[in-house]
Amino acid sequence: MAILETRQLTYTYSIGSPFEKTAVDHVDLKIEEGEMVGVMGHTGSGKSTLIQHFNGLLRPTSGQVLLDGQDIWADKKKIRDVRFQVGLVFQYPEYQIFEETVFRDIAFGPRNMGLAEKEIKRRVLETAHDIGLREELLKRSPFDLSGGQKRRVAIAGVMAMEPKVLILDEPTAGLDPAGRDKILSHIKRYHERKKNTILIVSHSMEDIAGFADKILVMNKAKLFCYDDTEKVFGRAQEISEIGLDVPQITKVFMELKKQGLDFGKEVYTVPYARDLLLKHLHGKAGDGQC
Amino acid sequence: MENIIEISGLHFSYPADGDTEPAEVLKGIDLTIKEGEFVAVLGHNGSGKSTLAKHINAILLPTEGKVVVDGIDTADESRLFELRQRAGMVFQNPDNQIVSSVVEEDVAFALENLGVPYEEMRRRVDDSLKAVNMYDYRQHSPSQLSGGQKQRIAIAGIIAMQPKCIILDEPTAMLDPQGRKEVMATIRKMNREQGITIVLITHYMDEAAQCDRVVVMDKGTVALDATPREVFSHVEQVMEIGLDVPQVTELAWELRKAGCDIPQDIITEDECVAAIQKLFAAK
Amino acid sequence: MLRDVTIGQYFPGNSLIHRLDPRFKIVITLIYILMLFTGSNVVCLAVGAVYTLIAVFLSRIPLKMFWKSVKPLLPFLLITALLNILLVDSGDVLYKWKFLKITTGGVNISVFMIIRIVLLIMGSSLLTYTTSPITLTDAIERLLSPLKLLKFPVHELAMMMSIALRFVPTLIEETDKIMSAQKARGAEIDTGSFLTRAKNMISILVPLFISSFRRADELATAMECRCYNGGEGRTRLRQLKAAPRDVIALVITLMFYAAAIAVSIIFKHIMSR
Repeated sequence: MAILETRQLTYTYSIGSPFEKTAVDHVDLKIEEGEMVGVMGHTGSGKSTLIQHFNGLLRPTSGQVLLDGQDIWADKKKIRDVRFQVGLVFQYPEYQIFEETVFRDIAFGPRNMGLAEKEIKRRVLETAHDIGLREELLKRSPFDLSGGQKRRVAIAGVMAMEPKVLILDEPTAGLDPAGRDKILSHIKRYHERKKNTILIVSHSMEDIAGFADKILVMNKAKLFCYDDTEKVFGRAQEISEIGLDVPQITKVFMELKKQGLDFGKEVYTVPYARDLLLKHLHGKAGDGQC
Repeated sequence: MENIIEISGLHFSYPADGDTEPAEVLKGIDLTIKEGEFVAVLGHNGSGKSTLAKHINAILLPTEGKVVVDGIDTADESRLFELRQRAGMVFQNPDNQIVSSVVEEDVAFALENLGVPYEEMRRRVDDSLKAVNMYDYRQHSPSQLSGGQKQRIAIAGIIAMQPKCIILDEPTAMLDPQGRKEVMATIRKMNREQGITIVLITHYMDEAAQCDRVVVMDKGTVALDATPREVFSHVEQVMEIGLDVPQVTELAWELRKAGCDIPQDIITEDECVAAIQKLFAAK
Repeated sequence: MLRDVTIGQYFPGNSLIHRLDPRFKIVITLIYILMLFTGSNVVCLAVGAVYTLIAVFLSRIPLKMFWKSVKPLLPFLLITALLNILLVDSGDVLYKWKFLKITTGGVNISVFMIIRIVLLIMGSSLLTYTTSPITLTDAIERLLSPLKLLKFPVHELAMMMSIALRFVPTLIEETDKIMSAQKARGAEIDTGSFLTRAKNMISILVPLFISSFRRADELATAMECRCYNGGEGRTRLRQLKAAPRDVIALVITLMFYAAAIAVSIIFKHIMSR
């Protein structure tokens, strides 16, 4: 059974005013448990509005959101529980930090869940480890940390609620390459350990191409596609036509194909491209030498 | 060509704060930039690149060494406004540098401060807005604009001062791909059409690849200073510093490591396509 | 949602009232308020009402907008009116029950007071509906500029005011975002007991303060980079030029004021005969 499902999900802003705008338009979607999903779309495509429905921050104008097969709005009083099961990390999440110590800030979510002190402590320590924050940092004020560290504290604050589904809205925005790689690799490790469902929103296909199982693309409030990563990259031409950036390496192989050099595979990461080229150059697989 | 920025022996430390030691951020920088150049300063967070930028228009003053911009020593307080007119600065967060609630008045802000007469101010504001392609939005409120548009307004506010040089401190870090493209196109246009010297602080290698010259900062020093092609051909060093190289450069480097006969200085898609074609033709 | 709040209540338009010089509009509004408060009888108010309705008509702003600005004050108006009816004891007795007594004097005063306040609200709303907050600030700065001679920081106050206006939408958006982020961590903001809600407000206020300080700091640097050096020797892009229509509007207002006084003197004379 799908862990998250939407049925004809539609959301319209400012109904009845001159600014009325449908941000999500009849979206049907099924996300299976344990998947790592990349969410793409340019600004205004509706992707941010869509993800805010998954944890009940926004209520559909029409249609349904189902978590574990249950309509999350069936009982309005339980919507807070939904937020613990579907964790949402906003863009630039370091701006939500407010506690005196890193420990207390990460503990804010678990504490709101009403957990016992011992359980809170376990979760804080575990997530801090997962996200690569050294234990001695926990006693420090979060405001003394570097930008990248603050970002990780904020992400840990949501991870510590141990949600079944974790959604991250552009977790690497504004970071330098080293900071970006660090966060992405920690998220990947967390995913491998927990085997939970993760959705990562990103503008950069290069970032998510490497490890997303599936890719969801929103365009003009509609679901453009939701499929296995390789199949989505098979439609690279269409994707660049709707204004999204395709990885440079994919563009190179698209061009090669146009010029008659077709390898019959979708290419979206550098190591894969290298192996593919070496294999074809050498006529056989596996020895990795030219 | 004349040098517009001359930095020599620049050291900078933030003063000791209570129990912390004074931290030396810039450790002896020598750098000259010629008039009309388009220079990217690349570096990871904490490499000192923003601190360096802040020295060019005297937001910070050297602890040791000297910074001279268009013949003005930045430490000369009596010529501060003259300096800031000639070397304008655009910052990372588009929201935190827009002063007025009306676009055209924000563009006029510097001119108002400098006491430029109305007729001339009107003309310069209109010209600047047209140059960044935002003239139609002159009566809008900044809050109605996208990030890329706000950043273009900030650029217009600087070029209205008719500077010789613009320093941009990670102007695209908070923008989406569309906004980044708009801002980069605007910056390139300013450089090409008005001959304004551009110093672009960034950590995006694709932006650096569009410049004439790339200065790579690492731990408060200049690690590399060359054309983009030369800089990116040092794949290992660039990656070690914690920066990216273009994917095509990385691929060529990987293939070379595996013994293929492929040039090391590939930085564009076309070059990469041609090189791969050549490899297969030789097979 | 918070984002829907409009501050300043400005209604963009191009009517005659919109186009008046904001300095004149402020002065005219002050004269108008004076007229309402010095007018001591019904006739005066009638003149004021005619004047208001003409101005509203000219502004082309729908009447229901004015109702919107009166509505929040309605309970206050009704309570004061009720107190006046019950407590004022003059004129003929209309109704009497135990210690309660309603007199014509009381009714007259309450009706009078309600009309006066409604007109007052309508007039001042007209000013803010037809003048953008930033223009208003600018006009106030210029009207107060003689005070600079007394070392009163007119420019600084106006600059503070206009920066505040500039950042209202930014901060509203930011508050919205932080609220959502804390809600996503299970903070109860719209629900829960008063105590938990108050506690959770901290989780919104702290980040908001920190980010505002950061913004202020960055903005100050950006302003310095654009050669900001106080009000000395500044020129302005926004030019305010009085046109003949501004003078005409002022003269008409003064004539209404004179008419109100004249009519009320005649009225008094007739009544006293």
